[in-house]
Amino acid sequence: MQRRQLLLYGAAGAGVLGLTLFVGWWRVDGPGAPEPKGQRPLPLSAMEFRLTDHEENEVGPGNLIGRPTMVFFGFTYCPDVCPTTLSDISGWLEELGDEASEMNVVFITVDPERDTVEAMAEYVGYFHPVIRGWTGPEDQIARAAEGFRASFERVPTEGGGYTMNHTASVFLFDAEGELVTMIDYHEPREFAVPKIRRALTEDVEGAT
Amino acid sequence: MVKKLRYTNALAVLFTVAGLSAPALAGSEDVVVENAWSRASIGVNRPGAAYMTVRNTGEDAVTLTGLATPLAMMPEIHESKTNSVGVSSMAPAGEITIEPGQSVALEPGGLHAMLMKLQEPMTEGENFPLTLTFSDGGKVTVEVPILGIAARGPEG
Repeated sequence: MQRRQLLLYGAAGAGVLGLTLFVGWWRVDGPGAPEPKGQRPLPLSAMEFRLTDHEENEVGPGNLIGRPTMVFFGFTYCPDVCPTTLSDISGWLEELGDEASEMNVVFITVDPERDTVEAMAEYVGYFHPVIRGWTGPEDQIARAAEGFRASFERVPTEGGGYTMNHTASVFLFDAEGELVTMIDYHEPREFAVPKIRRALTEDVEGAT
Repeated sequence: MVKKLRYTNALAVLFTVAGLSAPALAGSEDVVVENAWSRASIGVNRPGAAYMTVRNTGEDAVTLTGLATPLAMMPEIHESKTNSVGVSSMAPAGEITIEPGQSVALEPGGLHAMLMKLQEPMTEGENFPLTLTFSDGGKVTVEVPILGIAARGPEG
C-alpha cells in the first residue's frame, strides 16, 4: 500500500517536472518564445531614409539596390572599435580584389553632430576607396538605424564630451536588397570573407 | 654618545634608501612592454588609441594604475565591449592587476590606452613616450610608434 502510494507520488512528481520543463522550453526556446527584439533588419526596399554621402550626393536605401551591399554604423570620434571595423573591412575588400568594386560599402555615422559631410569625407579617405560615408539629420539617421534594427545611444564622458554606444555588426545584403547575413564585430577574417562572397554569389544567381 | 647618534643617523639613511627602493622591487621593475603601436589621428579633436602587451616577468603581481604622456592631457585605459546584440560601448577599465608570469594585451576592440585631449596631432611615422604607472610607485616608459589610421596591428 505504502509502496503504491510512493509510486503514485513519484509518477505525479515526474509528471509535474516534465510539464514544467515543457512549459519552460515552450516559453524560452519553443514556439512560444518571444521574437528576439528586432534582430532581423528589413530588406533595403522596405527602408526609408534620406542622407548625404561624403561627396554631397543625396542618398537613400534605394541607391543600394542593384548591387550587393555592406553597411555598418559608427562615428569618426570613436578611437577603437570604428577604425578597427573600417580597417577590417578594408582588409576584406583587399582580399576580394576586383570583386570589391562590384559592391556598395557604406559607413553610416550615428554622430551627425560631429560627423559633417566634410568630416566623413576626410575620414573615409583613409580607408579602402570603395567605402562611402553617409551622414544627415539626426531623425534620418534614427530612421536608418531602425530599418537595420541597429541601435545607438549618446553617452557623456567625464571630460565633458560624449561617446556613442552603437551596433558594431556589419550588415550584408544581396543585389535585391535582401539581408544575406551579418558579420559580428571580432569575427575572424576567415569567416567574414566567405560571407561576403556569399552575398556576391547570390547576386550572380539572381542575375541568371 | 656622538658616535651612537651617528650610527643611528646612518641607520636612518639606510632605512630611507631601503624604503625608497623597496617599492620598485615589488614588481613593476619586472614589467616588460612589447609590441606598442598606435594609429595616426585626424587633428587633435578626436581621441587617439594606443595598443601594447604588458608582461609581468617577475614573481609578484603588479597593478597598472594609470598612464601619462606629453601627447595627451587625459590618457586612460579604456575597454571596448560588444554585448550579445552586437552593441559596442566603451568605459574606463580601472586598475589592471597582472599576475606573475602573465600578460595583459591592449588590442583593438578590447583594452586600449585612450589618449584624450591630444596636445598635437598623432602623425604617422612619429613616436611618442607613454608612461605606465604601477601601484608600487614604479613607472615604465615606452616609445610608441604611430602607424597609419587604417593600421591593424604593430606590423601596420
